[in-house]
Amino acid sequence: MAFENLTSRFQMAFRRLTGKARLNETDIEEMLREVRLSLLEADVNYKVVKEFTDEIRELALGEKILKGLNPGQQVVKVVNDELKRLMGSEAEPLKFADKGPTVVMLVGLQGTGKTTTAAKLASLIRKNHDRKPLLVAADIYRPAAIEQLKTVGAQLGIEVFERGDRQKPEAIVTEALAHAKSGGFDFVVIDTAGRLHINETLMDELVVIKRIVKPEEILLTIDAMTGQDAVTVAKAFNEALQVTGCILTKLDGDTRGGAALSVRKVTGVPIKFAGTGEKLTDIEIFHPERMASRILGMGDVVTLIEKATEEIDEAEAMSMMEKMLAGQFNYNDLLKQLKMIKRMGALSGILKFLPGMSALANSEKIDDKQLVYIEAIIRSMTPAERKQPELLERSSSRRRRIAEGSGRSSTEVNRLMAMLEKQQKMMKQFASMSPQSMEKLTDRMQDPQGFIPKKK
Amino acid sequence: MGLFQKLFQSREKRIEREKYKIGMKKTRTGSLSSLKEVLLTSRKIDDALFEKLEEIFIMADVGVGTVAKFIDSLKTEVKKQRCETTEALAMLIVDTLFDLYLKGEIIDTNIRFNPNGVTVILFIGVNGTGKTTSIGKLAHKLKAEGKSVMMAAADTFRAGAIDQLKVWGERVGCPVIAKSAGADPSSVIFDAIREAKRNATDVLLIDTAGRLQNKVNLMKELDKMTRTIQRELGATPYETYLVIDATTGQNGLSQARIFGEVAQVSGIVLTKLDGTAKGGIVLAIREELGIPISFVGLGEKITDLDHFDIENYIYGLFADFFK
Repeated sequence: MAFENLTSRFQMAFRRLTGKARLNETDIEEMLREVRLSLLEADVNYKVVKEFTDEIRELALGEKILKGLNPGQQVVKVVNDELKRLMGSEAEPLKFADKGPTVVMLVGLQGTGKTTTAAKLASLIRKNHDRKPLLVAADIYRPAAIEQLKTVGAQLGIEVFERGDRQKPEAIVTEALAHAKSGGFDFVVIDTAGRLHINETLMDELVVIKRIVKPEEILLTIDAMTGQDAVTVAKAFNEALQVTGCILTKLDGDTRGGAALSVRKVTGVPIKFAGTGEKLTDIEIFHPERMASRILGMGDVVTLIEKATEEIDEAEAMSMMEKMLAGQFNYNDLLKQLKMIKRMGALSGILKFLPGMSALANSEKIDDKQLVYIEAIIRSMTPAERKQPELLERSSSRRRRIAEGSGRSSTEVNRLMAMLEKQQKMMKQFASMSPQSMEKLTDRMQDPQGFIPKKK
Repeated sequence: MGLFQKLFQSREKRIEREKYKIGMKKTRTGSLSSLKEVLLTSRKIDDALFEKLEEIFIMADVGVGTVAKFIDSLKTEVKKQRCETTEALAMLIVDTLFDLYLKGEIIDTNIRFNPNGVTVILFIGVNGTGKTTSIGKLAHKLKAEGKSVMMAAADTFRAGAIDQLKVWGERVGCPVIAKSAGADPSSVIFDAIREAKRNATDVLLIDTAGRLQNKVNLMKELDKMTRTIQRELGATPYETYLVIDATTGQNGLSQARIFGEVAQVSGIVLTKLDGTAKGGIVLAIREELGIPISFVGLGEKITDLDHFDIENYIYGLFADFFK
C-alpha cells in the first residue's frame, strides 16, 4: 500500500501541532523535519524534498498562518495543497486519435511491468471506451516475452500481433500498423522491450519506432518501488521520446511510492494509470489529488466507492451507503458488505481506501481468512439477532450459543460486536463530516484494538 | 614490461580476486582515491560538507535511517579524532563504511556447496527484479566451473515464465524441470529435487514467481516451498537468494525483512547495477537485518554476474559524483 508510513508520519507530525493556539518557528522547523524525513523515506527525490520543504517553510512562516484561528489545520492545508500541486491536480485522460487507430507505446526499464500493463490497458480501454484493441509484441530481446504477451492476450480474448523474435521491432510495428488498419482495430498497444535509459542503441530504436507509428501516447511504466533514480530514468526517457504520461506499476505493494511525486515534479509528465494487483483487471485511472489526500491520511473513500460500484450492483451499494451513513447497520448488512469485499479482492487492499485505516492495514497483517470466521459467526445467529444487534448485547447465553455454533471463541464474538458498533459510529460521523471531526475520527482509528480481527 | 613481470602481476591479481571470493577483506585503496576527489573541492569540514555527504548517500538509496546513523557516527569520530583535513576525513568515511558493511565479520560470498550431493539454490523476490535472468547467468557461471546444473521452473504463475527459463536452459545447456502453468510450485520443487538427486546433479537452481511481500497468500505459498525443500533435503543447508533490483528505494528494506521472515535469506543478488541506480538500500539491509550481498548483476550479457565486492561498490558510490 502506497504512502502508508508517510501518512502515519504526517499524522504524528500534525498531531503535535493541532491544539496549539499559535505556531512558532521551532514548531514549524520540527514539523518540517518530520515532513522531510517521511518524504525521503517514501523515496521522494532528495532535491524535490528540499524544494518542497522550503516552499512549505515560506508559506507556513508567512502571516497567513500566524493570523489563522487554527494554525495546525492551516499547515495541514498548506502541505496538502502543495502536495496536490506537486502531483498535478486532475486525472489526465488518455488521448485518442481523431481518426484511424489510436496508437500507444509502452516504454520503460526492464522488469517494470510493461507486458502485463499493456494487456491490462488494452482490456481497460476496450471495456470503458468500447474499442477494439490490438496488442503488438515488439520485445524481441527478453526470452519468452512474446509468449507472455500471447498468453495474457489469449486470457483476455485480445488479438496479439507478433512476428517472432527474428524481425526487427521497426519492421514488426510497421506491419502491425497496417494490420490494425485493415483489421478494424482502433486501439493499438505496443509492448516494447525493457531497456536502460543509458543504452543509446536501444533508446534510438524507440525513437525510430516512434517516428514510424506516430503514437498518440508514449507511456513510461515506472515501478512504484523505485528509489531516487526514478527522476534520472524519467528525465532520460522524456528527453529522448517526449513521453506523454506515466503508469505507476506495483502500487499494491507496501511501497510508499514517492517516486510518483518526484517524477511528476521534475518532468511535468502526468501519471495517467496505476497498476494495483496481479489480476488483469487491476489497473486504475490515476487520481493525483486523491493520492495527495491519501498521503495526508484522509483516505480515499471516493475510489473505494467507485471500485465498489464497478464490481457490485449499483443499487445495492447505494442502499448500503445510505444505511451506513444513517448508522442503521446490522449483521445482515455486515454480511453483505463482507461478500462485496470478497468480490472486490483482498481485504488488505480495501482497507487503504478508508480514512485513517492505512496505518492499520500496514501495521497488521490482515488475514483474509478472518472474513470466513466472521461469516461463520454471523451465520450462527438467528434472523432476529442479525436484524437487531442489541439482542446480543443483552444476553450472554445468546453470545455463548453463537460462539459454539460457529466453532469460534466468545472473544471473537465479542470482537465482532465491537466491530459492528464502531462501524455504526464511524459511519454516523462520516455523514456529518467536518475537517475537525475527520481528524478526531482518524485519531481514534489509529487504535486498531479489536476493530478488525488481525493475525500475528 | 617483461614476460615474467606480467605473469607475476596477473597471478597476483588472481590471488586478489580469489581472496574476495573467500572472504572480503578490509581494503581501502580504491574507494579512498575517489572519495578524495569528492572531498578536495571543499576545504574545511563543516555542516555543508556533511550535508553534501548526506545527499550522496540518500541519492544512492541508502536507507534514511542508515544515513543518519552514519553521519552521526562520522561527526562523533571527527570530533574525537580531531580530524581537520579532508584527507583524514576521507579515510574516516571509508573506514566507517567498511565497518558499517562488514560489522566485524568476514563475509563469504561463495555458494555453500553441499559436499555430499545436490546444492539447492532458491531465488525469491518481488516482481520484475530479474530472478530468471540471474538464474541463467549463475547457471552459466557454474557450468563454466565444471558443475552440472539443473533448473526448476517453480514460477508457474506469470505468463511466459516457464518458457523464459527454458530458453535460458537451452542457452546454458542444462535441463529444466517444469510442469504446466498454474501447477503447484511446491510440487515442481519436489520433482526437481528428486530428479536432481537421481541424476547426481551438482546444483539445482529454483526460479519462483515474483511476489510483493505484503501479499499474505503468496508468502504462504513461498513458506510451503521452503518446507518442501527442507523436507526433501533434511538437515542439508541450502542457499536462498533474495533478488533486489538496484533501482529499488526504501521498499527494499521491507522486502528483505518480510521475505526474511518466511525464508532463510542467505544472501542478496543485486541486479541491474549497470544502470544509473546505485542500489544503496542493500547497505541498510545489511546494517539493519545483517543480510550480506552475494552477487551483483552488471549487464545484459550471460557473463555479467559477479561476486559482490564492497570495495568496488563503495568506489561506485562516489565514482560519478564529481564527473
